[in-house]
Amino acid sequence: MSGAIISNRKPETGTFFPRDREWHPQAYTPWYKTSVLRSPQKALISLENTWSEITGPVFGHNMLGELDNDLIHNFARPGESAIGPRIFVYGRVLDERGKGVPGALVEFWQANAGGRYRHKKEGYQAPLDPNFGGCGRTITDEDGNYVFRTIQPGPYPWPNGPNDWRPAHIHFSIFGHGFAQRLITQMYFEGDPLIPICPIVRTIKDPAAVASLVAALDMNATTTMDSRAYKFDIVLRGRRSTFFENKREGN
Amino acid sequence: MVQSLNRLKESPSQTAGPYVHIGLTPNFAEITGVYPEDLGTRMVNDKTKGERITIVGRVIDGAETPLRDALLEIWQADADGLYNSPSEVRGSADPNFTGWGRCPTDMDTGEFRFETIKPGRVPARDGRLMAPHITFWVVARGINLGLNTRMYFADEEKANAEDPVLARIEHKIRIPTLFAKREGSTYRFDIRLQGEKETIFFDI
Repeated sequence: MSGAIISNRKPETGTFFPRDREWHPQAYTPWYKTSVLRSPQKALISLENTWSEITGPVFGHNMLGELDNDLIHNFARPGESAIGPRIFVYGRVLDERGKGVPGALVEFWQANAGGRYRHKKEGYQAPLDPNFGGCGRTITDEDGNYVFRTIQPGPYPWPNGPNDWRPAHIHFSIFGHGFAQRLITQMYFEGDPLIPICPIVRTIKDPAAVASLVAALDMNATTTMDSRAYKFDIVLRGRRSTFFENKREGN
Repeated sequence: MVQSLNRLKESPSQTAGPYVHIGLTPNFAEITGVYPEDLGTRMVNDKTKGERITIVGRVIDGAETPLRDALLEIWQADADGLYNSPSEVRGSADPNFTGWGRCPTDMDTGEFRFETIKPGRVPARDGRLMAPHITFWVVARGINLGLNTRMYFADEEKANAEDPVLARIEHKIRIPTLFAKREGSTYRFDIRLQGEKETIFFDI
């Protein structure tokens, strides 16, 4: 992690805005059955951010390989490419103040065009694509922008209810500048009729929160005769400005 | 009417799902040749300052079953209590220590393992020293929003007794859920998601 260049700006040391836990999904969502035995039942203990929460690891651009943000080619045999509808996914990582987050490591993973994951515990009968691994990563630029290319993943059935299907989605893992900003979420695709009936999507109560995870088709960013484009912005927790902070002595 | 604060809302979380390994530890998931190695597997090298320790444990659900598909990340200070982060403005951390680790739980045993060092003490915001601790973040299928907890060291009785975070926990009987027990150079830290001994999770 040495050699990481994130910004010429002075590092920020303010505490983060509290998480809006009504906006996020609750832990216990019995219609998503696995949550029943994996949801803490006692109240979370509120912890004012200390150095342990406002700091976080930072990753340098020099860690990235040339094809890390190209899922069409990063697992493919030389000269070949993954099968499926070719897309770019682009957007910005912002914080709740609307500021771009530079230097943020963004990792993504997904099923192939038939809805099949390359994983030994996967039970769906759709075939693997020998040229598709399903993982990629990138680091945001000075303004928080990122981009990667991939194929649009397929929807797939999963064992929950007797006939539950996940909408097409891409998983995202994002680091901000502090460990308290750590976030994993999923990106959905505009117009997918499976979104409103998905038990995992429905762990989120507020329709506006669901909408914020649906990427928009951007026909002005397509590459002619090559790839369509989807825009997906990601918002991390904002942080307070240090100059208003009161330093308390003792207690 | 009133002016808008022009704030955005944080992107809502969604579960990491059963295939989190594909994205975060692809080599562990047998997707090789994309990245040279999985991130977060090496926290220390031979020049790292501090006492070498191993942390092992499991994440246990409400039916006493260890999760075999979870992924954990840890974040900790170096031996002098400094974080390897641009936001660390108190000094320069040990360049031979990343402070950050990532480990999936074993697909058969459910065990996780970190090879790291014992962290130094870090001040709370009011200047009082916290006891040595490691921040944990747990994600898995069925966990809708990543869980944050802290591991403290059971053998740091004096420091733990002075720790301002532990001091503010109302139900003292729950504090031992944050203590890792020493067995040689290994500390065992099991995380319980539910039940009488549910681990304390923090809203950080």
